[in-house]
Amino acid sequence: MSDDPHTPLPEPSDAADETRIGVDSWVAEAEGRQARKRGFFGPAARGWDASPDPVKLFLFIAFAATLPFWLSEGDLFVYGLFTLLYATLGLGLNVVVGFAGLLDLGYVAYFGIGAYGYALVSSPHYGIHWPSLASLPAVAVFTGLIGLGLGLTSRRLIGDYFAIVTLFFLQAFLVFTNTANPVIHGTGLTGGSSGIGNVDPLKFFGYALTTTKQQYYFFLIVLSLATAGLYFANRSRTGRAWRALREDPLAAEVMSIPVNRLKRLAILMGAALAGLCGAIFAAIQLAVTSSNFTLNVLIVMFAVVILGGMGSIAGPILGAIVINVSLQFLQPQNDHPDIKRWLFYGAIALFIALMKPWYRAVVVLVGTIAFGFAVHAIVSATTAASWTAGNAADAGSASMGKHIAGWVIIPVGHGNFDTIAYIVLVAAVCVVRSVSGWWRALALIPTLYMTAVVWESVLAPSPAVTAEILFGVLLIVIMTVRPQGLIGTARVEIV
Amino acid sequence: MATPEPTQEPKPLLELAGLSMSFGGLVVIDNLDLVVNEREIVSVIGPNGAGKTTLFNLITGIYSPDSGEIRLDGESLVGLPPHKIARRGAARTFQTLRLFLNMTVIENVMASQYGQTKVGVARAILRTPAMRREEREIRARAEEKLSFFGERLMGYRWDQPAYSLSYANRRRLEIARAMATEPRILLLDEPAAGMNPTETHEITELIGKLRDDAGHTILVIEHDMHVVEGISDRVVALDHGVKIAEGSFEAVATNPRVVEAYLGASASVTK
Repeated sequence: MSDDPHTPLPEPSDAADETRIGVDSWVAEAEGRQARKRGFFGPAARGWDASPDPVKLFLFIAFAATLPFWLSEGDLFVYGLFTLLYATLGLGLNVVVGFAGLLDLGYVAYFGIGAYGYALVSSPHYGIHWPSLASLPAVAVFTGLIGLGLGLTSRRLIGDYFAIVTLFFLQAFLVFTNTANPVIHGTGLTGGSSGIGNVDPLKFFGYALTTTKQQYYFFLIVLSLATAGLYFANRSRTGRAWRALREDPLAAEVMSIPVNRLKRLAILMGAALAGLCGAIFAAIQLAVTSSNFTLNVLIVMFAVVILGGMGSIAGPILGAIVINVSLQFLQPQNDHPDIKRWLFYGAIALFIALMKPWYRAVVVLVGTIAFGFAVHAIVSATTAASWTAGNAADAGSASMGKHIAGWVIIPVGHGNFDTIAYIVLVAAVCVVRSVSGWWRALALIPTLYMTAVVWESVLAPSPAVTAEILFGVLLIVIMTVRPQGLIGTARVEIV
Repeated sequence: MATPEPTQEPKPLLELAGLSMSFGGLVVIDNLDLVVNEREIVSVIGPNGAGKTTLFNLITGIYSPDSGEIRLDGESLVGLPPHKIARRGAARTFQTLRLFLNMTVIENVMASQYGQTKVGVARAILRTPAMRREEREIRARAEEKLSFFGERLMGYRWDQPAYSLSYANRRRLEIARAMATEPRILLLDEPAAGMNPTETHEITELIGKLRDDAGHTILVIEHDMHVVEGISDRVVALDHGVKIAEGSFEAVATNPRVVEAYLGASASVTK
């Protein structure tokens, strides 16, 4: 550097830029290198990434439009319609949580307000029957304004405070609808715990949507419009401002972005979309009760948004598909336990197959099978017959049940065996996590066997519990493999 | 660097009068008067804790002063929220970089144009022609601001996330983002911090260009005395929130009170 301030500064050398390519481009290419590592999902994911966004939406709609042709009415209802509902609700929650970064725990209340709002203006409850073309927009606007009002009460709208206020709002809403039930014009406003029945179906120009198929297509249109609208909003000045204030609210405010107003706008839009969903939901169910809007729904909605990838448009849709389909599939009344069993053993086989190097996988696989037969032989030779007397529950065929029972210990009449097996499994998993290399492979052999024992003796006989546990495991696995969500990109906080 | 043309009457753009601010009992800015004229580059120097960044936080509305007046082009800024102050024409960079790291380079510069653009979310959802026209203008303005930095922030870098930039480029991007708010006055908080000598040279030249080519008035906090010497029309020295010297670089740098503030009392005695 020159010591004389009056000599002109030297021209900046462009060579400096070239040397920095080492830094900048390396960091820039990091994502590309990670993408290449994605294994056999890689090509499919890259092809999907490469196609323009409208094409993706079109492909999704085209696929979704075929569902009614190959799903039964019942399956279309639980797998199709509810996926659309969760996806649309997830899009709205994503505006609040993903775009504006607000932890809104009262989101389900807007869904409920929309449902009750529609029911009040479209049922014999008060004898009001608005046409759907009037009631749907009115309910959406009303719910949006409620959300705006809630946003105005918590002026600073900062993290934990907003979460508490909104969670309280959801609980207050539930108490209000379920217990308070104020009497207006001689009738309880919300119908108490029995809710409001005989709600009108959606009706446009005298044409009522009564079959699942009609309702499904209507919801598909709503979802498509919501997706396109939010996609455009996200790519506008407002969307950029939302993302900016999520990144750094102070910097955004100083860069001429009115942070609080934009947060309220996000809440309003999310609430309006939730209200619209609620209205359609009420028209499909033909009834509304407060039990439809509990914390469980809130948890599922957050799972949809987080699992799909916060802040992306496709994220909540994919999240809704994964969550709703697996939730419905695992329901005990959907009676296919042997499918669940093959999923279970398939997952274990996949887990072993992904081990490296390949011979370690072979050792673990052969070792686990041999270990099972050895344990079974020892137990049946040294203890009473009741220890191995059990049969595999719901095994599809009798011979399959026999084969499984010949490998896994399934005792009969040893009450606390289940509990002990469960605890031993958890302990074994902890051991596996704390060792590495060949020790881990060795520890895996009894652990995997214990997993099978627990599955056969504890989980398979009680499908309701199994459903919950498998759902939890699924969420844990997905969130471990892709902590940023299925679609979301990993966010960098400070480098 | 060039001094303002003598033929032109200096017109005050930013005026601080009797500005005071304290946190609890600690007085950070004490009865400060300061005027920055149009198209002038004024440097604020002073030891750590002298209140330089607090001064910026007061001007941009992050803090409100306990007393005193802040006027931009004759209009008071006191009590306005930061986004309105930005709209009135005061934009800043941050000493600890605060980019929107997970947005792309060009999105950073597009986002900060929020204040001067109008199309709301309804028209964005419907994608009206007015919306698309404004969107093109925003993009063009962002490209123009980025092109100000030569090859550094051009081409493939536009669509990369801001976190992929090197440190020096992040500082440049922060300046570009501030420029995109179309400020009357640009407040730069230690623009040369953490830069190597070559980059420091560049930033010195760049600050001159910001005034001469882009026509900005600049108030800059800087520790690197070579930079201060190279850019300043006028230097203001702060210590414990009090203005201890003001004038040309030579006059301020040799002022005994400034030397004392930086090096301690004994240094000024032995000098």
